[in-house]
Amino acid sequence: MIDFSVILAGFGGQGILSAGKMAAEAALFEGKEVSWFPSYGPEMRGGTANCSVVISDEPIGSPVINDADVVICLNQPSAEKFESSIKPGGILVIDSSLFSYEPSRTDIKFIAMPASDIATELGNMQFATISMLGCLSAATGCFSRESFESSLYEVLPERHHAKIPGNLSAFDKGAAYAK
Amino acid sequence: MAQKRVLMKGNEVIAEAALRAGCRNYFGYPITPQTEVMHYMAKKMVQIGGNFVQAESEVSAINMVYGAAAAGARVLTSSSSPGVSLKQEGISYIAGAELPAVVVNIMRAGPGLGGIQPAQGDYFQATKGGGHGDYRNLVIAPASIQELYELTVEAFNLADKYRMCAMILGDGTLGQMMEPVAFRDEEPIVTVEKPWACTGRGDRADHNTVTSIYIDPDVLEAKNVELQEKYKYIEENEVRYEAYGLEDAEIVITAFSTCSRICKNVIRQAAELGIKVGMIRPITLWPFPTKIINETAALSNVKAFLDVELNMGQMVEDVRLAVNGQKPVYFHGRAGGNLPTQKEILDKIVEISKGGNV
Repeated sequence: MIDFSVILAGFGGQGILSAGKMAAEAALFEGKEVSWFPSYGPEMRGGTANCSVVISDEPIGSPVINDADVVICLNQPSAEKFESSIKPGGILVIDSSLFSYEPSRTDIKFIAMPASDIATELGNMQFATISMLGCLSAATGCFSRESFESSLYEVLPERHHAKIPGNLSAFDKGAAYAK
Repeated sequence: MAQKRVLMKGNEVIAEAALRAGCRNYFGYPITPQTEVMHYMAKKMVQIGGNFVQAESEVSAINMVYGAAAAGARVLTSSSSPGVSLKQEGISYIAGAELPAVVVNIMRAGPGLGGIQPAQGDYFQATKGGGHGDYRNLVIAPASIQELYELTVEAFNLADKYRMCAMILGDGTLGQMMEPVAFRDEEPIVTVEKPWACTGRGDRADHNTVTSIYIDPDVLEAKNVELQEKYKYIEENEVRYEAYGLEDAEIVITAFSTCSRICKNVIRQAAELGIKVGMIRPITLWPFPTKIINETAALSNVKAFLDVELNMGQMVEDVRLAVNGQKPVYFHGRAGGNLPTQKEILDKIVEISKGGNV
């Protein structure tokens, strides 16, 4: 895997930057090279936010992504903005609980998954992005479920460890949409 | 021994590296995109009994740096472009008084208040003086988070060794991005005696004075000459760069920091098209790696240079001086906070390779 790239995008406050970091941590746990680059500046809660994650077996060239393997969107403006940034054969994943979207491109795979509904069902809205990471993992193998789980135990302070099983449930439910 | 790799943000790594280098004094004023350096210092300095001051302005922060450095302490300040402009007077005084200090500039787009996105428009300011008078700063441009850590520690050693300002020059990308970093168990701290430091007279016969004022032209000129001798020594001994693919390169890219990473991907893509591209990445922007560029320009396989920067053409002037007319030097730059795409750099390479007019 060389310079596998993912863009995560949505509104500030949806956990976009954290989800990207969790993906990077999971890949790092596997011994991969990773980079994480956020949009920064005046965008705060309610504004748009995105981050670029690159995962590679080799030292990473650019942390800035022009053509993404996968784009994960939690709002419509992001889907409209980043659809054109996907490589041919790449994947667009959207949270269909929040908006409906029809990609104009036919050379990409489109996954519409009810991420926020999954999160509501599990009783924690933070799980929406986690379910999408599950989908990312299952669809591409850029990091494994085991690495994701291990990295959570490693990175999260112990007081949050009780939440990890819930995260994994969300991860697994999301993985089912990768098919 | 290196520790396990952890994922950290560039700005936080700068602060952590400074602490590991023994820096216990930080003075600054917040500005995007470097504020996390301050955040980290604000939290840590309290825990370890160091000094953290959010000054009322960049001007006072740099003068606090002057004070701490004059007392012989390792000291750091950080800012971003407009803030670094405000610090220039103090940096010139630091050069004049020959004080060791580390200044970080996580560049954003200018001129003026400009924007907050990444840029490299302060190359001239950093390498050609910035403040008034005949002086230099050591200017170090890391390209990865690991390098940012190691070179920040090194910046403190170099500042102490040469009694001058060492500047870490990065851009918003480097400051904001996260990458794995493996910290060392023990830092290679070089301890330098500072008999000149103003620490109270104690048992000394005379009190120490740190100053940059020399009213007598002859005295000042002697000081200027002395500084130039120091700078000359540094030019001969402290040049650092990364170079690869030069032996069979048709085109050689020169780029520093973040920009060099984008170019690294492009070099791989060019190879797929059968175009051999090499790279010279200056790690020290001053002293500039003039010699290797000059020698590379003399190679028969090298047809041209392409300098890529996040500005409208600054380091390219030093590249042209080094190439000294031996080969054409082309330029590609983006500004305003935009980064060049790999495709636009690759297109340029293809054009140059065809001998086209670019």
